[in-house]
Amino acid sequence: MTAVPVIELRDVTKIYPLPSGDVLALDRLSIRIDRGEFVAIMGPSGSGKSTLLNQIGGLDVPTSGILRITGRNIRKMSDDELTDLRLNAIGYIFQKFNLIPLLTAFENVEYPYILKHRCNDTTGRVSKLLNDVGINKRMAKHKPAELSGGQQQRVAIARALVNDPDILLCDEPTGNLDTKTGAQIMEMLTALHRQGRTVIIVTHDPSVGEQAERIIRIKDGKVEDA
Amino acid sequence: MTKDIILQLSIRSIRLNFLRSLLAALGIVIGVVAISSMGMMGANMTLSVTEELSAMANVLVVKANAGGGGGGMIMGPGGGSSSRSSSSSDDEYISKDQLDDIERAVGQYGLVYPLYQDSETIEVGDEEGRATIYGLRDEDMATVLTVEEGALPKTTSSVVVGPSFAERHGLTIGTRITIGDEDDDEAVVQKVRVVGILEEKGMSMDMNTDNAIVMPEKTFVGLFGGESEYDQVNVILKDINDADTATEAIEDQLNRKEDEVTVQDSSRMMESITSTVSTLTTFVMAIAGISLLVAATSIFNVMMMSVTERIREIGILRSIGTRKNEVLRMFIYEAVILGLVGAAIGAIMSLILGWLVVLAMVGTTKYFFTFQSLIYVPMAMLIGIAICIFSGVYPAWRAANLDPIEALRSD
Repeated sequence: MTAVPVIELRDVTKIYPLPSGDVLALDRLSIRIDRGEFVAIMGPSGSGKSTLLNQIGGLDVPTSGILRITGRNIRKMSDDELTDLRLNAIGYIFQKFNLIPLLTAFENVEYPYILKHRCNDTTGRVSKLLNDVGINKRMAKHKPAELSGGQQQRVAIARALVNDPDILLCDEPTGNLDTKTGAQIMEMLTALHRQGRTVIIVTHDPSVGEQAERIIRIKDGKVEDA
Repeated sequence: MTKDIILQLSIRSIRLNFLRSLLAALGIVIGVVAISSMGMMGANMTLSVTEELSAMANVLVVKANAGGGGGGMIMGPGGGSSSRSSSSSDDEYISKDQLDDIERAVGQYGLVYPLYQDSETIEVGDEEGRATIYGLRDEDMATVLTVEEGALPKTTSSVVVGPSFAERHGLTIGTRITIGDEDDDEAVVQKVRVVGILEEKGMSMDMNTDNAIVMPEKTFVGLFGGESEYDQVNVILKDINDADTATEAIEDQLNRKEDEVTVQDSSRMMESITSTVSTLTTFVMAIAGISLLVAATSIFNVMMMSVTERIREIGILRSIGTRKNEVLRMFIYEAVILGLVGAAIGAIMSLILGWLVVLAMVGTTKYFFTFQSLIYVPMAMLIGIAICIFSGVYPAWRAANLDPIEALRSD
């Protein structure tokens, strides 16, 4: 493969220095994810998958090794550059939805758009995305607290997509939903993958992992098998 | 949503915690009101005192320097005899030439008039007593004196008297006064008639006419002798700010070779009084400033609570692409809004309460709407807003520098 991988980890190590002694969260981890892949990162709790997700999501930087996201080495990036990377290249979908409580559903989706474009959305993109994920205009006027879990996660997916990111990063996206709603969300993510998006799901739920094209299993901060 | 989504978030956060924010802003309101009304009170007091004092403080009193060994100033012979000419030496009085020099030096700054002064035994009816007697040139009478009743003296046998003097001796228009000791054969005695009673003048630096007899120069010289040997020369300044310049001009003109005259600048006294008032004002304002410190603590507390309550939200904002400086701005905006609202309400209340305080403490609101007084309103507002921002900086900085991962984890 000659194309630049969308995510590339080479000997990535992450050590958390604690008073009780250093904790090795990632141990010389090497992973490559290409554009358009649907990857599930799985592993038991404490395996390091959340740490890995934070590195890929540009929320944290490795202690050593090379981590390239869309070809850029994030260890060499400033805080503002990392923030811009999160704004432009990564769409986050969290287990707890993480919508901004002060804003309506519509505004939650529009928020990253405004941060990026420095103006309100006049193209209708926000409305279209909300419509695509099944949130109607009336619901879009509600604050997150007034929406069900499934509806909140739909809004979160629309928000993740609003700046057309290279990577969709999902952290246990169905973890807080009932089975039926969870299945609907998974369908939605699968559909997005089929549209050509790179989707990475971190989960410990095998039924979620099974829907991915590839599973990366992490144990003790190392890749078990790829 | 407006373009500045960060500002929008701040406004919404304040609205969401309206009561808490209002209470924090109330601290600023109280601080602004306290500082500005105290400041206004001080300014009004200073202006009022300045005006009251400047009526008498715009006077330079020039007296002859008693020269070498003698020292001190001549306050009039005081002996009571008419021995003025015989005992006088040139340097005890201000001569006509010196008066001309003074007029040349400071005539442009105001009115220059010379004054004779003495003290003499008087007799009204059967009652004897002593009186201060002033002698004024005819041309100065009309400008320097204000007659309450009667008229100014036109003949050498008529005088005017001060109101306190008139009351004490039961003088009315037409009453005769004998000046000089009739028992003393050598003394000059003159009978004069009261033709006018002067308006009450109060405390004054140039001459205290309230308790004196004022007569024309000719009458005075007739009684005491010593023509053109003035006891003092008064300069009534048009502008009190010229006091220093005028004093210097007189000294340059007359004291070049030796100290011929001394100049008493009565504005100095006023300066020390106004400076005392302003020191007191500053002190009272500093006490009022303590209320702003309390307000600062309250704002700081509210901001810290806001940050703590919104840690997770800050984590979300950071994880989806909000920069550190944007988070910082969000909380600074919040502090600025609290400050602006508090300061604005404070400004309105300052005008009302300040007016009442000035009315109660100074007794007049004549100077309330002057620049010197009202300047304390924007000044207190600025201090209030600055304190809000200052109190908001640390919480905002803390919010901006939260680790997004840690922040996302918090519940």
